[in-house]
Amino acid sequence: MAEHPSRREFLRVAGGVAAGLGLGAVITVTPARATPAAMQEAIRKVVGASKVSPGRVKLEMPPLSENGNTVPLTVSVESPMTAADYVKAIHVFTELNPQPDVVSFRLGPRAGRARVATRIRLATTQTVVAVSELSDGSFWSDTVAVVVTLAACLEDA
Amino acid sequence: MAGALINVPERAKRGEIVEIKTLISHPMETGYRRNQSGARVERDIIRLFVATYNGTEIFRAELHPAITANPFIVFSTVATESGTLTFKWTGDNAFSVTESASITVD
Repeated sequence: MAEHPSRREFLRVAGGVAAGLGLGAVITVTPARATPAAMQEAIRKVVGASKVSPGRVKLEMPPLSENGNTVPLTVSVESPMTAADYVKAIHVFTELNPQPDVVSFRLGPRAGRARVATRIRLATTQTVVAVSELSDGSFWSDTVAVVVTLAACLEDA
Repeated sequence: MAGALINVPERAKRGEIVEIKTLISHPMETGYRRNQSGARVERDIIRLFVATYNGTEIFRAELHPAITANPFIVFSTVATESGTLTFKWTGDNAFSVTESASITVD
């Protein structure tokens, strides 16, 4: 009788180790990808030496996406969109896609409101960042974490 | 091959913000996939989308391989005057498609 708890304990630990190995295997088979550092570099290339502050931008994406081949994305920026104060550009970056750049939208006061939408591919569960450039030269950003069940880039679309 | 769908309201009030939706048929081959024999499939994507309103550029989007096949882009513009909105998609392999839509502003 005294052996049962230890056996149960053994199974629990063994199961945990197996799950850990499984997870490790999943990580090793993922394809070439950008890294968070590559994303930071891509953002740096766009913003130069300017400071990127969180806020004013709203990046809307579903928190859980079944199909990474098509994930809807909407970015809106708080801005009066007048000739004196408007959004110049909205850039989207991903952390773990093969390349960090996703899209750059260029708009101006004639847009009326700073709101754009498109559909993107996500190679895996990761963080997506939207950076907005305002006419006064300031940069604002928003970050969203998206869980992807079926990855893009691997299967035939 | 390249069919484009554009949704622009036919009529608008002066100063009204109108939403424009565009969809174009294109595979957006990323250049990261391999075919059955293991060879890399060449990249073939739309690089640039530009919208003009009576000849003046109002919006542009620079696309990368992370945009889905059949790129769908939504943006807005202020209805300033009656006229023509022209949309142009250009990309790899000399891909170029131009579409236009007219708008009547009261």
